[in-house]
Amino acid sequence: MKKFKILVFAFLITLTAVAQQTPAPKQSGEITLKGGTAHIGNGKVIENSIIFIKDGKITGVYDAQNNTIEPKGEVIDVTSKHIYPGFIAPDTTLGLVEISAVRATEDQDEIGEFNPHIEAIVAYNAESKVVESMRPNGVLLAQTVPQGGTISGTSSVVQLDAWNWEDAVVKRGDGVHLNWPNSFRRGRWWLGEEPGYSPNKSYAEDVTKIKDFINQSSAYTGGDNAIKNLPYASMKSILDGDSNLYIHVDGEKEILDVLRFKTAMNLDHVVLVGAYRAYTIADQVAKANVPVILARVHSLPETEDDDYDISYKMAKILDDAGVLVALGNSGEYWQARNIPFYAGQVTAHGMSFEDALSLITLNTAKILGIDSEMGSLEEGKDATLFVSTGNALEMKGNNVEKAMIKGRDISLETHQTELWKRYMEKYSR
Amino acid sequence: MLKKLFLSGSFLLCGFLLQAQDYFPKNDGVITENNNYTVFKNATLHLNPSETVENGMLVVQQGKITAVGKSVSMPDHAVVIDLQGKHIYPSFIETYSDFGIEKPKRKSNGRSPQYQPTREGYYWNDHIRPETNALDDFKYDNKTAEAMLKAGFGTVQTHKADGIARGTGMIIALNEQGTAADRLLNVKSAQFFSFEKSNLSDQSYPTSIMGATALIRQVFVDANWYKEGNEPTRDLSLEALNNNMNMPQIFKGDGVYDDLRIASLSKETDVPFIIVGGGDEYLRMNEVKETGASYILPLNFPDAYDVEDPFQASYVSLSQMLEWNQSPANPAKLQEAGLTFALTANGLKSPDKFMEMLQKAMKYGLTEEQALASLTTIPAQLLRQEGKIGSLKNGAWANFLVTSGPIFDKETVLYENWVQGNKNIIKDADVKDIDGMYTLNISGTSYSMEISKSTEKPSVTIKQGDTKLGSKITYDDGWLNVTFNTSKTKEKQYIRIIAQTDKKPLIGKAILEDGTESQFTATRTSSTTENKNDENDDEDEDEDDKDTEIPTVMPLTYPDVAYGFDSQPKAETILFQNATVWTGEDDEALEDTDVLIKNGKISAIGQNLSASGARVIDATDKYLTAGIIDEHSHIAAFDINESGQNSSAEVRMKDAVDPDDIDIYRDLAGGVTTIQLLHGSANPIGGQSAVMKLKWGSSIDDMVMDDVKFIKFALGENVKQSNWGSFNRFPQTRMGVQQMYTDYFQRAKEYEARKKSGKPYRKDYEMETLVDILNGERFVTSHSYVQSEINMLMKVAEDFGFRINTFTHILEGYKVADKMKEHGVAGSTFSDWWAYKYEVNDAIPYNAAIMWSEGVLTGINSDDAEMSRRLNQEAAKTMKYGGVPEMEAWKFVTLNPAKMLHIDDRVGSIKKGKDADVVLWSTNPMSVSAVAEKTLIEGVVYFDIERDRQLQKEVKQKKNELITMMLAAKNKGLKTQPAKKEEKQRMQCETLETIK
Repeated sequence: MKKFKILVFAFLITLTAVAQQTPAPKQSGEITLKGGTAHIGNGKVIENSIIFIKDGKITGVYDAQNNTIEPKGEVIDVTSKHIYPGFIAPDTTLGLVEISAVRATEDQDEIGEFNPHIEAIVAYNAESKVVESMRPNGVLLAQTVPQGGTISGTSSVVQLDAWNWEDAVVKRGDGVHLNWPNSFRRGRWWLGEEPGYSPNKSYAEDVTKIKDFINQSSAYTGGDNAIKNLPYASMKSILDGDSNLYIHVDGEKEILDVLRFKTAMNLDHVVLVGAYRAYTIADQVAKANVPVILARVHSLPETEDDDYDISYKMAKILDDAGVLVALGNSGEYWQARNIPFYAGQVTAHGMSFEDALSLITLNTAKILGIDSEMGSLEEGKDATLFVSTGNALEMKGNNVEKAMIKGRDISLETHQTELWKRYMEKYSR
Repeated sequence: MLKKLFLSGSFLLCGFLLQAQDYFPKNDGVITENNNYTVFKNATLHLNPSETVENGMLVVQQGKITAVGKSVSMPDHAVVIDLQGKHIYPSFIETYSDFGIEKPKRKSNGRSPQYQPTREGYYWNDHIRPETNALDDFKYDNKTAEAMLKAGFGTVQTHKADGIARGTGMIIALNEQGTAADRLLNVKSAQFFSFEKSNLSDQSYPTSIMGATALIRQVFVDANWYKEGNEPTRDLSLEALNNNMNMPQIFKGDGVYDDLRIASLSKETDVPFIIVGGGDEYLRMNEVKETGASYILPLNFPDAYDVEDPFQASYVSLSQMLEWNQSPANPAKLQEAGLTFALTANGLKSPDKFMEMLQKAMKYGLTEEQALASLTTIPAQLLRQEGKIGSLKNGAWANFLVTSGPIFDKETVLYENWVQGNKNIIKDADVKDIDGMYTLNISGTSYSMEISKSTEKPSVTIKQGDTKLGSKITYDDGWLNVTFNTSKTKEKQYIRIIAQTDKKPLIGKAILEDGTESQFTATRTSSTTENKNDENDDEDEDEDDKDTEIPTVMPLTYPDVAYGFDSQPKAETILFQNATVWTGEDDEALEDTDVLIKNGKISAIGQNLSASGARVIDATDKYLTAGIIDEHSHIAAFDINESGQNSSAEVRMKDAVDPDDIDIYRDLAGGVTTIQLLHGSANPIGGQSAVMKLKWGSSIDDMVMDDVKFIKFALGENVKQSNWGSFNRFPQTRMGVQQMYTDYFQRAKEYEARKKSGKPYRKDYEMETLVDILNGERFVTSHSYVQSEINMLMKVAEDFGFRINTFTHILEGYKVADKMKEHGVAGSTFSDWWAYKYEVNDAIPYNAAIMWSEGVLTGINSDDAEMSRRLNQEAAKTMKYGGVPEMEAWKFVTLNPAKMLHIDDRVGSIKKGKDADVVLWSTNPMSVSAVAEKTLIEGVVYFDIERDRQLQKEVKQKKNELITMMLAAKNKGLKTQPAKKEEKQRMQCETLETIK
């Protein structure tokens, strides 16, 4: 019998070592988080807070200092701890890639130039070991984005504790991703072109192709079509202003061209992604009312002459100018768990921690169009949040004890924590 | 055959065959030996750069100079040429070219790398081809010869520009009229080398600059061994190399760091290489001067960038702009340094540009005397041809230039370039000036005609009344020929006139619009022309501008890129007051503590310290720590992997250091002071590390710590080439990796035994390195991922009686931490990298914490230029993942890597007597908000955040200044090149191909 138990135990261990963490069940009773420092996500902070959570929603956020409010349901004392809205990682390939060097595990890049009909969500692997590794860092939501081509495809916003991709969907088809051409292009040395970058002679032509595609889509979606054109049809929500056109663009000239393009094409919701040189024309970007999702903050400057800290400080420059800014992940996957530290990095260059927090919570939610339900600790929003013992934007402070997605108490274990525990146990023998 | 020889472009050839070759039978006529003399009199003779004879005489017979001087006796049988007012100079010598020898085209035989040689009887490496003789592939190239003659060259050294050892070159006289036998001055004139592989073979090794350097080192050792008769078999390459050693040895580089590498090869091989420079020697003049080598310099000054479009201009870096601005001063800098150098037209698109570039260099300070010497006497001396070419003296070849004035003056016309006594007319000296205003009468109609620039590029304007008529002129051989259009409608109607020009007024034949012929007259009314005056006035002004304007050369910085220093920074005495000091020695932070830096060392740590003359820095609320040490870095390198063989123990990363890499500065801005520049992970046995301090702006020698001896090993997917589709190099499995190590160490043992036995042995740089490892004199840092291979390598080492010093990356170190502890190996890992390839599936961010808790000496490294500059944050991640205490975590990036590198007696902590490599942080360095404000190495402030803010502005200002200059250059009509951005390649372990 004893032997059997050991066998069962061993079996379980093996199981947990290969499978993903089991998604948490729905919230049952009411929960009160009491005494924690609530970092709202909108720049405000409540040092001694009381937060009510019911049916997966935040039903109240109060300052306990000034109010005497009775806790309801299960009370969790989080005194001296910090509560944050779940961090959002936009511009990732989470769930589309498992091991980037193994082609069989890659699903992010379809062939073809104009692929708005290609949709990331249907390939999203909810059981990825990489996806679960986000959660212990407070990253609970992500945008999963197809790559490559001129129009890469359609992205979706997912929550990171799901049985399958349908279960994971927070917002399906939040937008289409367009890679804007570069007016300066890298020589394809493997084709015998000069190495280094030189002016791209076909830039104007490449831009025209994009305009043509938009015009064609517009003509197509204008009425009924007996014969369906999948790419054109997929542009409908963009043209109707119901979802975002994410334009991945870096150069100053290119960004200005995008702003002109937005007006000329009558596009309501354009988001700049990457936007390396946007800081040089921050006022114009702000005036055009175009939000920005930056590249990884932990990036090197693009040119030898650029300020060493330009990637660290551009978020503040844009924010100061009135641009709605979020921090992105440059299409990466496993690195996305570091997004809290990208926000932390920005604080070294002039921004406060609370404002930096908005760059990975409320601002992101606004840009992705999910801010009515997510992105801040506010009454009526989803209880997608976590508790950390320290400042979650600090490497040494980010220590997530409890995390919820829509009030569901999710597991913070991962393939990695299990290996850690297993070997610590080995050495303690 | 003869006909072919004379079919030579635009040249007027007045030649004769030199030697009678009297033993050759002649069946097409009688033997016509010419023993007449040609005497040039009344010329200004420039015998050599320092001796000039006014109104001198030069006597030539049989292609050689038989007499030269103020007054020499007039020989019988002489043709006399009066050169009153003209100058004679020795013709120039082109020292470095591939004239007449086509570079072989690269033929690739597929995607799979080829590791074996393709030849038998020659050296094992196909890129070593000293047996190559230039003559074998030589075909006299008339077209290039003409261009060279026009540029003033009379002799050319050529070679086959292919391969690392390229064989022998030869010297050719550009004697258009002569035979091959006449022209060949020296069939084996010099031996050539370069760092570039041959196109004739796909053999992989070497794939890198450090590999090529190592190969050359080994070749010379092998050649000596062979010379001593130690090899039982023939090696035609080594034989040739040895035979070629009595010639000048010319080494082609491609920039100043090649120069320095060649100079150090000179030292090690004891071969005095003549260095073909890159033209950027000015960047590192101190080090170049120290080489004391002779140079052959190109004049390939870049054109200004077209910066009219500000968006495009923004892609051009400050260093590219500076190169445009500063490089024309390069020859002047070498002159100033007193180095011997020849000048070459090599590297220019065409020799036509040569004189223009030379004049440009002279505007930047190159003297006439030096320029002439660098084109005549110095090349002759470098090629050991003194007395034969390069000066006007008895017995020398009659290779000389006839000019209208001092040769380097802009107005001077080069009339003739004589080679071996044969005249090549570049510009007819006898052309009569017919410039002026003429009244032209044709069949009763009168026109005004003005002719200008008749001696150079004739142009004509014809007017009827005030109406200008379309016209064309040719003026050649004393004949004037003008065609003009008299029609006022679209229909064209031409009058053509032709006349000999020696009569006044001009009288000749006119052919009218309808084809009828009549006579015309043209009477010159004035010898100056309105047109000419107008035009030339403008141009003269411009020309004057160009001539008299002293070019503004931007001051050099150290290094000469953005964020360089105005002058080499010096060590300071600095007192940091009231800092929170993390010594790395104590378990607690020292509050309100002073640290005194003096003579490059940490001189005192305590409270209320004072020091006279010290710069006091208030460090209240700030943190002072030792500089960060990155155990695994690939910044500051031209190449990372020598992947041409499964072992490359002979290569040295020091040979690939790029001291101008901006990532050095960025690392300093992140508080990093020391890095281990590691070889990549393309092969199980990599190359020797360069452990270096990031002394921005210093020389490579000052940065690299030569006495710290490490080598990179690598395990796993990279060395078995799993991810780059190559299947023919051993090993392909982890099983093979183990046997590969065993084999190499076994051979090293046997090598050492032989060496110790007293018997002769062939010095093998690869084996020497491995023997050092066996003897604990060089330490192994091994790239590693999974537990099986980590375990394996420790066992191999134990079998051979040494230990592995460090496992780097070591992502599964946590699985064998106990075994690591037992072996005594350190673990230097990533904080949280994983998922990017199969072997990192079980990589966990708790790795460092587990290794550390098991007592393994643990560190955090980068392998990444971006991460390297914030290793403090990566260390902080170990507090999150596994709860390492703050002070211990801090050691992961300071004292522990110092211990791993065996430099903890010098760096890694703040301790009295250690090097003053310290960082002042704005706040707790483990905080994500911390910014390095000052980074010092040996008491020198290499990074200062205030200075950086200033420099960020200055970079923009400097660029603006340079852009203004470039715009001015473009407006002047100077040539520009489109904006471009140089490729900066970030390298990691796996970087195989470097973009050149």
